[in-house]
Amino acid sequence: MTQPATPARREGPQPLLDGGGTGPGPGPGSGKSASGDGGAWRGRIFRADVRTLSLIGVLAALALIGGLTQPDAFLAAGNLQLVLTQASVIGVVTVGMTFVITSGGIDLSVGAIVALASVWATTVATQEYGFAGVLFTAVIVGVGCGLVNGLLIAYGGMVPFIATLAMLASARGLALQITEGKTQMVTIPSVLDLGERDAYLLGVPPLVLVFAAVTVIGWLLLNRTTFGRRTVAVGGNAEAARLAGIDVRRQRLYLYLLSGLCCGIAAFLLIVLSGSGQNTNGNLYELDAIAAAIIGGTLLSGGRGTITGSVLGVLIFTTITNIFALNNLESATQQIAKGAIIVAAVLVQRRTTSTP
Amino acid sequence: MPETPRLSAAASRRRLLFGAAAVSGGAFLTACTSNEPKEGSGGQAADAPVADDKPGKPVTIGFAGPQADHGWLNAINVNAKERAKKYKDVTLAITEGSNDTAAQIGQIDTLINKKVDVLVILPADGKAMTQAGLKAMRAGIPVVNLDRIFANPQAYRCWIGGDNYGMGLNAGHYIGEQLKDKKNAKVVELAGLDNLELTKQRTEGFDAALKNYPNIEKVARQAAEFTVESGQAKMSQLLQAQKNFDALWNHDDDQGVGALRAIEQAGRDDFFMVGGAGALSAMQAIESGEGVLKATVLYPPTMAASAIDLARALGQGKGVGGMAEFEIPSSITLYSAVVTKDNVKQYLPTGFK
Repeated sequence: MTQPATPARREGPQPLLDGGGTGPGPGPGSGKSASGDGGAWRGRIFRADVRTLSLIGVLAALALIGGLTQPDAFLAAGNLQLVLTQASVIGVVTVGMTFVITSGGIDLSVGAIVALASVWATTVATQEYGFAGVLFTAVIVGVGCGLVNGLLIAYGGMVPFIATLAMLASARGLALQITEGKTQMVTIPSVLDLGERDAYLLGVPPLVLVFAAVTVIGWLLLNRTTFGRRTVAVGGNAEAARLAGIDVRRQRLYLYLLSGLCCGIAAFLLIVLSGSGQNTNGNLYELDAIAAAIIGGTLLSGGRGTITGSVLGVLIFTTITNIFALNNLESATQQIAKGAIIVAAVLVQRRTTSTP
Repeated sequence: MPETPRLSAAASRRRLLFGAAAVSGGAFLTACTSNEPKEGSGGQAADAPVADDKPGKPVTIGFAGPQADHGWLNAINVNAKERAKKYKDVTLAITEGSNDTAAQIGQIDTLINKKVDVLVILPADGKAMTQAGLKAMRAGIPVVNLDRIFANPQAYRCWIGGDNYGMGLNAGHYIGEQLKDKKNAKVVELAGLDNLELTKQRTEGFDAALKNYPNIEKVARQAAEFTVESGQAKMSQLLQAQKNFDALWNHDDDQGVGALRAIEQAGRDDFFMVGGAGALSAMQAIESGEGVLKATVLYPPTMAASAIDLARALGQGKGVGGMAEFEIPSSITLYSAVVTKDNVKQYLPTGFK
């Protein structure tokens, strides 16, 4: 199955590899040469490492700022738990989003799906079925919305931007219709307990464990499986992927399903975290998830994706929010700084990745 | 500068009684000096015809509001509908709520074309909807402007709404009275959406009230977004930043659900909390007395019911009960009462979900 992915893999990231060949870079005609392929791989891994390191550098710089400005509050163990918990919900969504963007698509409906799933899973009727009922409903609603997105895009021939924009509108509408604007409180003790301090496993909140598990599975799926290679291939050059024998449409369907599944899981985490379901949940998640994936190093045009980068991107955003809140800065300043940091992070990455 | 309202209902009642006694005493003395015949002295209040529960001239009221996407706005719709149902002579023409200014203008045009007798409008954006109000007034349909005020007074016949500044003021005074004997007391504020003018007004009122208590310092303020999710997120950060403080004012009970969740998750109970708006869940928590939530400052959604009353009085050409004038007032600002365990029972039915 590696053969079909090969041409596409070259198509996508090639411009970025320019000037960066450390090994015997693959010439245009050396597609079948195993050694050339290995060289490209080494080059890519090297690149990826520099990129990851630069993100870790940004995160370390932020941690330094936090530690210097608020030494007591920022460096406390409780604060690390807090930052990771706050990152969990959007983090799970971002993992799904990374797959979609890697394949050259976009999912604007993630926030709305989180809202709908969280609302559907906390209705009085659903709550009668207890913990399992809430979890099952959240996941199924997420997958269901992903299925609709996938069918419209893969088989209906709709542009992802439009199809998921339509889903955004209708899922938010449906969420509003279910709640009538009311906040739906969770009454199941086992669901609520999961978000409390007593549920921490060796100091790690269960939400963070789920986030970690989704990250690891996502990383393996993207980097170590045929599914992942097909995703990169479709994003790099869909036509080449099709000619190489990949069922591009089915692959796209799976990817939006995956994004929906992540939204369902995130919705459940949000229910646990906030102890409620509300139609305003997941507000602007689509932008946060896309921003995190992009500063992480995933190409918006597709063909290259990195789960590690995305997760670091999420952590950077959450840490910024945390530092600003701890220093009691107003939200206007927070937003300005957030914008500046996105630009800075991308520029820094460009710089570090374009110098051999 | 609005007058500083007293906190205790008893105090204001006392003042009212005293004032009434003084006025009636004065009136009595004045009457005694008079040599004029009783009739036709002028300048006195006649018995103005007021709108009451008895059926009168039938009135069709058009109601246009924003999309009810959170608890308070939903309560506005419910209050308007229930109040209209109460009167046999009122027909309510209600439009689908919309947050889009253009869509709402279209809906108001439809109501104008339907030739309703009176319009009640809660604009999605007061300033942006001014033209729609003007158009209705020019078409001869009086407008009752609910809460979010139009930019031009010619766009409405009567404005009725809440008092955001007063809300902050009363929250500040309540907290101040609770903490006045405590040295170096610390207060934290969890504000609503900072993009909105009303959030700034609430904060201004809160700060103004706290100035009366030099022993109290506001140590932190963070803005959430009126949602449970943002309330949980911002509150957990505030709790991390502020290891000890004495009181918290949260602008909005909807985001307060998230804030309370964060407080519970952090296991904190070293302070008391005051909410805002008057959600049912908040009132129930106040009634139970357990937990940190001890009070909430109202922003009453019952204003929609009052708006229907005003619109009906307008349509029937009457004044309102309890006032001497022949017409309804041109502007009514509602009081933001502080709901505590002592008085929560009477407010419970107005709590919204």
